[in-house]
Amino acid sequence: MSGVLDLTAAQALERIRTSDLDASELWSAYRERALADDLHCFTWVSDADAPPVDGVPVAVKDLFCTEGVVSQAGSRILEGYKPPYTATAVKNMERAGIPMLAKTHQDEFAMGSSNENCAFGPVLNPWDRTRVPGGSSGGSAAAVAAGLVPWSIGTDTGGSIRQPAALCGIVGLKPTYGAVSRYGMIAFASSLDQAGPFTRDVTDAALLLGAMAGRDPADSTSLGLPEPVAIPSATDLRGLRFGVPEELSGEGIEPGVLDAFQATLDQIRELGGTVETCRLPHAPHGLAAYYLIAPAECSSNLARFDGVRYGMRNGGGGSLLEMYTETRAGGFGDEVKRRIMLGTYALSSGYYDAYYGRAQKVRTKIAEDFDAAFSTFDFVVTPTAPGVAFELGAKTADPLAMYLNDYCTVPMSLAGIPAISIPNGLSDGLPVGFQIAGPAFSENKILDAAFALEQAIGFDGSAARS
Amino acid sequence: MTGTAYEPVIGLEIHVQLGTRTKMFCSCALGFGEPPNTRTCPVCLGLPGTLPVTNAQAIRYGIAMGLAFGCEIAPRSIFHRKNYFYPDLAKGYQISQYDIPLCSGGTLGDVRLHRIHLEEDAAKLVHESASGRIHGSDSSVVDYNRGGTPLAEIVTEPDITSAAQAREWLTLLRETLRQLGVSDVDMSQGSLRCDANVSIRPAGETELGTKTELKNMNSFAHLEAGVNAEIARQTKLVEAGERVTQETLHFDPRTGALTPLRSKEEAHDYRYFPEPDLVAVAPTPELIEEIRASLPELPAARAARYEADYALTGQDARDLAWRPERARFFEAAVAAAGDGTEPRQLAIWLAQAPEEGALTPEALAALVQLVASKQVSGSGAKAVLAKLVAEGGDPAAIVEREGLGAISGDDGALAAAVAKVIAENDDIVARVRGGNEKAIGALMGPVMRETKGRADGGEVQRLIREQLGL
Repeated sequence: MSGVLDLTAAQALERIRTSDLDASELWSAYRERALADDLHCFTWVSDADAPPVDGVPVAVKDLFCTEGVVSQAGSRILEGYKPPYTATAVKNMERAGIPMLAKTHQDEFAMGSSNENCAFGPVLNPWDRTRVPGGSSGGSAAAVAAGLVPWSIGTDTGGSIRQPAALCGIVGLKPTYGAVSRYGMIAFASSLDQAGPFTRDVTDAALLLGAMAGRDPADSTSLGLPEPVAIPSATDLRGLRFGVPEELSGEGIEPGVLDAFQATLDQIRELGGTVETCRLPHAPHGLAAYYLIAPAECSSNLARFDGVRYGMRNGGGGSLLEMYTETRAGGFGDEVKRRIMLGTYALSSGYYDAYYGRAQKVRTKIAEDFDAAFSTFDFVVTPTAPGVAFELGAKTADPLAMYLNDYCTVPMSLAGIPAISIPNGLSDGLPVGFQIAGPAFSENKILDAAFALEQAIGFDGSAARS
Repeated sequence: MTGTAYEPVIGLEIHVQLGTRTKMFCSCALGFGEPPNTRTCPVCLGLPGTLPVTNAQAIRYGIAMGLAFGCEIAPRSIFHRKNYFYPDLAKGYQISQYDIPLCSGGTLGDVRLHRIHLEEDAAKLVHESASGRIHGSDSSVVDYNRGGTPLAEIVTEPDITSAAQAREWLTLLRETLRQLGVSDVDMSQGSLRCDANVSIRPAGETELGTKTELKNMNSFAHLEAGVNAEIARQTKLVEAGERVTQETLHFDPRTGALTPLRSKEEAHDYRYFPEPDLVAVAPTPELIEEIRASLPELPAARAARYEADYALTGQDARDLAWRPERARFFEAAVAAAGDGTEPRQLAIWLAQAPEEGALTPEALAALVQLVASKQVSGSGAKAVLAKLVAEGGDPAAIVEREGLGAISGDDGALAAAVAKVIAENDDIVARVRGGNEKAIGALMGPVMRETKGRADGGEVQRLIREQLGL
């Protein structure tokens, strides 16, 4: 049976197609595995003996609304909440023959880089159980890395797919903003949130993206992808130009991560690609802009959690204001409260122009930087995260140190462009991630380049699955 | 008392529920009077993860209003979030428009418009208290059926100078919106709600005084009474040397009292920011032209045309223009009557029949022609009209059947009737002969009685004069 669990999703799918493998058998094997999870990845595991549709099962981040199944976004305020409808991305997967097996823990409302902001967490990193899996989609990343599920989906607002993928040694893709519908994703920052896949390899990422993506009439900001997702097949990188932004590849990056990065740049050259320095002059301001825009939107998005209609309610016997205050004081964690306060302040009359307005201008500048870079380069590459998985508790007392985890991933989020993280080696026995970003809707090109590099790197993630 | 005269300055803010099939941002059907919380879905309940999608019909209605009033239609308007906590607001924010509304400028009648923007209505709170108001209530329940209903907010410039004008203008607005077909504009059901901003200033002054806001006047009479009461209150304050405070007032139509609405716990900072879940509203020039081409002729324009082309009085023109069915009837009668008949006479005679009943435009035209050619007298025609409304038919046939035909001057019968009355009224005849021409009138009544109203008044007078040798 362990042989079945070693298959990538694409391999398993092929065997199901050729009747070498029974979908129910695969489902049961993974269900057993998920139920035995001791990394604390899951909020829920299906109790069905057979999959609702025949295919390769998937795990879904808590914040995707799933009809009749707890969808809590990692928050006490939604503890036990079962939505009456299912998110479009999850429906799309089911329609493509990908059944939901489990749901995964995350940082509360996707705010965090370690999973330690989860009201029901934390998830442990399968490479080292004293360390964090990254966040916010930590449960989805750890579950795939540990082989508890073949693949999973998460969401990325400033790095919440790419950073945990890097810290767990798997592939994580943040698609172009608008490629996947946001309908049914419990919102953190609406102009940045984007769903994407976690997989063991690049081929699986292409398959899962193809299943999730598509224009959705229920999401006005969704566009889908202009062309079908192709199965990547490139064996070299000839003629492709890789830009290395000096702003995101030097200062503040751990030496072990930089070593792996340089080694991968060498492999790009060996595969026939060119590597040159490029400039993203405004990228260093990305975090500052992000930490105004995302909290501003979240302060509004989270206003609906008031105890009136659903979820937790405290102080229902007192005045309306008491009910609001006690519900929100008891229901939200510290990081969520911090961001609501930040965002409320940034939008306040008299401060809007100086904070939110200015941050939006920086965002435009960063997008222009990328446009300029992509006039010369096919891709911009960086280390995904500035370091490897850190120890539980190491950064919980210092929010700014935690925020720096997103230093290399936030600029792409602000620009709305796609980026993938692939594992490119180990540093002190812990995985390191390599980020490839391209222009909007260049997913096929990114996947192809990532595939060629993946073959050259030959990363072995099996240690985490044992 | 200073003896200074004060003039009121009034601006109106009108919320109109648009008569779309579905809500502003979801596909729930609009309704009124259904059991509570039966017209809801995850989107209008603000459930986690849901997203709004703009109702295209609401945008069309907004553009139609803008075109009707000559507003500038924004090539790219956006929605904002207006953030505040209240149980009638499912998401903790209302999706509205802020600095770039769909329509700017424009005029209706003699009042300039400031803007028209689109937004979603809040849910309905029902307070369990004697007054039905929130203060002093034990508990409140929320009905989300109304939540998410499309609203257009129409804001005027402060161009109105009296309560009567405010009422009159609001009537014109309501008729115009009704004829545009964008709303059922029923004030009693809340689909048309009016707030008024009122201030006063010394007559001739250009600087505006401090304004107060009168909330939710739910009938034309209440609007007029409320604004009048507020003008009186402010005038009294200013004449006593006091200042008007900027505040929001609730008008109680039963007592005429104006009471401040207690300001919600703290001053609101709505933290407006662009709604990231929606894309900009960018109507194509083709769409705008298509909507323009489909606009009906609106009351103000129609009334002006009737006055100019048909020489109708202002009152007759307005009475017709504000009732589109009536106006169509009138125009059909004009067409049936042809060039020889004054449309003005058709309007006058139509005004005699408050409801058309069985009357047809052709019959009205024929009747007016009988009057013009003196084949039926005025009072005879009234009787024919009553028959036409009640039973329909052909006016000439009714005249014939009922014996209502005018007795003309060539008819010996009329001359005989006049002679008979002259013979029987020596006193009056003597007064007329004595130079009192007005006394002729006293002879006409008996002649009309004698002829059962069938005689033409002018003809009778002519015969009296003739027979008396005047």
